[in-house]
Amino acid sequence: MSSTVNVRLSVNGVERTLEVEPRVLLVHALRDNLGLTGTHVGCDTSNCGACTVHLDGEPVKSCTVLAVQADGAEVTTIEGMGTEDNLHPMQEAFWNNHGLQCGYCTPGMIMSAAALLAENPDPTEAEVRHALEGNLCRCTGYHNIVKSVLDAASKSSGVSA
Amino acid sequence: MSVTDEAPAGHVGRELRRKEDPRLITGRARYVDDISLPGMLWASFVRSSEAHATIVSIDTSAAAARDGIHAVFTGEDMSDLGGPLPMAWVPPGVEVNNPEHWPLARGAVKHVGDPVAVVVGEDRYAVQDAAEDVIVEYDELPAIIDPEAAIAGPPYVHEQFGTNRVHEWSLAGGDVEAGFAEADVVVERRVINHRIAGAPIECRGVLADYRAGSLTLWTATQVPHFVRLFMALLLGLGEDHVRVIAPEVGGGFGQKLQVYGEELFACWASRKLDRPIKWIETRSENMSVAHQGRDQISAVKMGAKRDGTITAFHVKILADFGAYNMILTPLIPSLGAFVMGGCYKIPNVQTDITGVFTNKCPTDAIRGAGRPEATQMIEVTLDQLAHELGMDPVEIRRRNFIPKEDFPAETATGVVYDSGDYHRTLDRLLEHVDVAAFRREQAQLRSEGVYRGIGFCTWTEICGLAPSRITGPAGVGVQAGLWESAMIRVHNTGAVTVYTGTSPHGQGLETAMAQIVADKLGVDPSVVEIIHGDTSMGPEGRNTYGSRSLATGGEAVAKATDKIVDKVKAIVAAELEAAPEDIEVTADRFAVRGSPDKGLALADVAGIAYVGAVPEGMEPGLEETTFYDPENFVFPFGAHACIVDVDAETGKVVVQRYVAVDDCGRAVNPMLIEGQIHGGVAFGIGQALYERVYYDDSGQLITGTFVNYAIPTAAEMPSFETDRTETPSPVNSLGAKGVGEAGTIAASAAVTNAVIDALRPLGVDYINMPLSPMRIWDAISSSQGTNAEGGAQS
Amino acid sequence: MIPAEFDYTAPESLQDAISALVDGGEDAKLLAGGHSLIPLMKLRLAAPSLLVDLRKVPGLHGVERQNGHWRIGALTTHSALEHSPDLGIVAAVAATIADPQVRHRGTIGGSLAHGDAASDLPAVMLLTEGEVTLQGPNGQRTVGAGDLFKDYLTTDVGEDEVLTEIRVSAMDGWGYGHQKFNRRSEDWAMVGVAAVVKANGGTCEDVRVGLTNMGSVPLRATAVEEALRGRELSAENIARAAESAAEGTNPPADLNATTEYKRHLARVLTKRAIQDAVGAG
Repeated sequence: MSSTVNVRLSVNGVERTLEVEPRVLLVHALRDNLGLTGTHVGCDTSNCGACTVHLDGEPVKSCTVLAVQADGAEVTTIEGMGTEDNLHPMQEAFWNNHGLQCGYCTPGMIMSAAALLAENPDPTEAEVRHALEGNLCRCTGYHNIVKSVLDAASKSSGVSA
Repeated sequence: MSVTDEAPAGHVGRELRRKEDPRLITGRARYVDDISLPGMLWASFVRSSEAHATIVSIDTSAAAARDGIHAVFTGEDMSDLGGPLPMAWVPPGVEVNNPEHWPLARGAVKHVGDPVAVVVGEDRYAVQDAAEDVIVEYDELPAIIDPEAAIAGPPYVHEQFGTNRVHEWSLAGGDVEAGFAEADVVVERRVINHRIAGAPIECRGVLADYRAGSLTLWTATQVPHFVRLFMALLLGLGEDHVRVIAPEVGGGFGQKLQVYGEELFACWASRKLDRPIKWIETRSENMSVAHQGRDQISAVKMGAKRDGTITAFHVKILADFGAYNMILTPLIPSLGAFVMGGCYKIPNVQTDITGVFTNKCPTDAIRGAGRPEATQMIEVTLDQLAHELGMDPVEIRRRNFIPKEDFPAETATGVVYDSGDYHRTLDRLLEHVDVAAFRREQAQLRSEGVYRGIGFCTWTEICGLAPSRITGPAGVGVQAGLWESAMIRVHNTGAVTVYTGTSPHGQGLETAMAQIVADKLGVDPSVVEIIHGDTSMGPEGRNTYGSRSLATGGEAVAKATDKIVDKVKAIVAAELEAAPEDIEVTADRFAVRGSPDKGLALADVAGIAYVGAVPEGMEPGLEETTFYDPENFVFPFGAHACIVDVDAETGKVVVQRYVAVDDCGRAVNPMLIEGQIHGGVAFGIGQALYERVYYDDSGQLITGTFVNYAIPTAAEMPSFETDRTETPSPVNSLGAKGVGEAGTIAASAAVTNAVIDALRPLGVDYINMPLSPMRIWDAISSSQGTNAEGGAQS
Repeated sequence: MIPAEFDYTAPESLQDAISALVDGGEDAKLLAGGHSLIPLMKLRLAAPSLLVDLRKVPGLHGVERQNGHWRIGALTTHSALEHSPDLGIVAAVAATIADPQVRHRGTIGGSLAHGDAASDLPAVMLLTEGEVTLQGPNGQRTVGAGDLFKDYLTTDVGEDEVLTEIRVSAMDGWGYGHQKFNRRSEDWAMVGVAAVVKANGGTCEDVRVGLTNMGSVPLRATAVEEALRGRELSAENIARAAESAAEGTNPPADLNATTEYKRHLARVLTKRAIQDAVGAG
């Protein structure tokens, strides 16, 4: 086994220190070392986006980031978005609009969708679809996912002209 | 949506948001890979790089010598199994060539990905490293990839049979030859339904824990009860010592309707090593070894009178089963044969099926399982026939629909459709799609060089898989009864736990079943918990596939709840000194008819039942079980329309509109139905336009990852327009039919017809899926004699 | 799914990074965003013995205007390019790379040094008089885009060199168009065409056309350029010129496209890209 490296990062607002092999993928560090199993793995080629987390506020595929590359960074996972008693508006929108079925792609989908609205609070349907092109879903046909994101946008922007 | 004018009186019929969702949207759901056990070891498989080869030697020494590796196993090590992996279809009177299929190859590999060895060690990184160090020497054998070449003769996938034929099976009604003799026009087409992958976003995964004589297996499966039975049989354990748990499962689409060698290996190795064993599949593995679907080449022949009346329909299917028979592999095309007449009154229908082995991943049930293939043959050929006759594609459908008054309707092949009103769904569709306006727009656009087309699909299917008397050993030949079970436990406090024998994995059954129970018991759905997917909880079940869970499992829940209601009414009647038949349920209590304020809530009744203050002769407690075996299948139906634009210069297809009007009987939760239709349609569009499992001539898998296996993204999909009609099924008290496969069964044909409609002015009258840009460009070029090089693969 | 073992270092200066590369020998690799390299490592198609991570090296980020050029730091992400509309065609093309998550990690320097013929930015470099700065143990050198791409996945970047910055012409007064043809919006280009046009009162004063995935390296469609230069930018002239787009190309067939289909696409997409460039000018 190659030597390990220390990685200090903030995960969902909590400072964490890990000792991992440099080859350990961020998604495995989150799941196996920190027990944050809400971030999923659905492919091995950076296509499916089930592993999407926010790295310093930007959506990334945590299966294609080494944990050591996140040294000093702030990571937000689905567990850091909201709890059942205090849901993030995007989580609430997915629930209200039947934006999920099996739920496996959902954490990554919510992370991508939330990042979109942070950048573009009032997207068109086409912009939503384009912004989600890095997240595969096999259950919903995307219809209700898109509806969820547009619903979250309309609620957060309040009355839009 | 304007399905019914009546607002639902209770919870059934309402768009209740899902009980499942809070855990899923917060990342608190537990899929297999989210579960760890003390002392757990990891497994990684070494898989064949060859399509067909004899294994000369396997050198495991370097792998075994690595740090953290506990064992390396090959096929020889597993000689103590009770038998090979199961194939559960034994059709009476039909000979099926069925080779032994083991969790680890014994002596030879039959397709790329076939497992030859497995490494067990401390963590997921160590076992993958060690797996790379296992050296397998192969002696290559000739591989056969093309099913038509395979049926013609050697080389053979399994030499011992002296043929690649798996079986032959036919279903006929009437006399097709006589029917064609009556026809004024006969069209014949070669319909290719290419191979696809189920590709759930969660790959497969298992965690097996054998301790002190008992086995617990967590597995990403649709069928925990089938898995338990075969783990017990093949490992020589009593079923009482085998518990199989399907935890949260990240999609199935039929791929997880299986008993897999990896499941058996993990259980076997856990017993051998006395440690929990976890295996989590990679996507690359999933693409090469998890069973795939479709892969049929058919000769299709349809005859009709000049007025459009269909006189005969005959299809000869060559079905590519890949290298082995999995649990139901050879049955799959037969599921299509049962509805080969579609929603039309065709007096003479015949389906002849030949199964064939090739050196590819096995096929089995994938969303729709035989029925999308049948629908493609019926609906695309019908459009071809309409064109031949100069008829409108909508008109030819109307001309041939089985009329409403014929139901229950027996088809030529003896299948009895439960209920239907095909004109109504089509009428509803045409309220959304103004065909005359479309044709004007289409003509205008063509003059501007834009090729827009419309395609229709009016469909029915057979689902709600049951009843045992038809599907079982004496009938179609599945070696299991396909009934369903439910157990209802009303607790002391009036809270309700429902144990269903189904095993949902995204369909929303926890919500739908709670709605059914809540209405019957006068409680809120929030106090009704649904337990599923754990063989140690509740009665034996038959699980989730074939759009069966509501029509069989939901009805079982309804029937078990009815037994509770009978007992509750007896108790309430005794308490209120009324007759049981005068007790009725309200939104929150059981009361005497006409005095709704006087009554007992379920909690009060449960209290009485558990303190034992029940009427004389009645058992205490409040718990009931039902095994429900329906009289018939259910037959949902619908009318879909798809509008596409084809870029004639590049061949690219863009779906502009997709309108789906479906009828799956009475709705328990319309929101869930819409969601199933959306996903099903996307699955069908995916096959028609984007997805294809492709092997090269040597048997190497080219589409081994999501880079090349092109599941569509949100950017490729349109918004869907959906509507429903409700024609209740007489088969069950809910009036419900299945909906999980409906969209998929309809969509690929609707898309294909739309593309052909768009291409006709360019000289293309027929094209098979996949409707990829290159294949469309190639078809246009060929028809116009402009493409010298050709090159599209058929 | 899991990379093979490797050693790792994250030097804090360019000189230390170069030294680490030299010491690491031929199996040492630079890590920028990692979105070309890590996927290959996960499939074990690449197994470097040492990764030299550039993330702590200062001065490799950012986009700034310098005398009619843009200077782009090698670690500038595709997302940062996409959100710099002044970059014109560079921004437009960057916005079509893969998906948002990949664009947040993938870098222009990493992409150019990797030299994948199917990636989108190399062809743009050919159109914008692009050049890259390489720093090695023996100092600094500049390589023009025409000399950078040598063969499939092979560039002029030495094993001990770091690509530190990219310079492209600001292309003031040029219109641009980009046509990327793929199966899914997240996919690599089956064929891509980028075009820049300098128009002068309806006449083509100058034009450059770059082809992606039409060979082992990005290509200029010089025959198209010659056919259009100095002519009126009419639809007919553009279409006629575009007919030469595949001249001299022999792209390898793949799952989705035969050689002939790719050549056909190059012609169609070239026509459209030039039309877009004229429209956008």
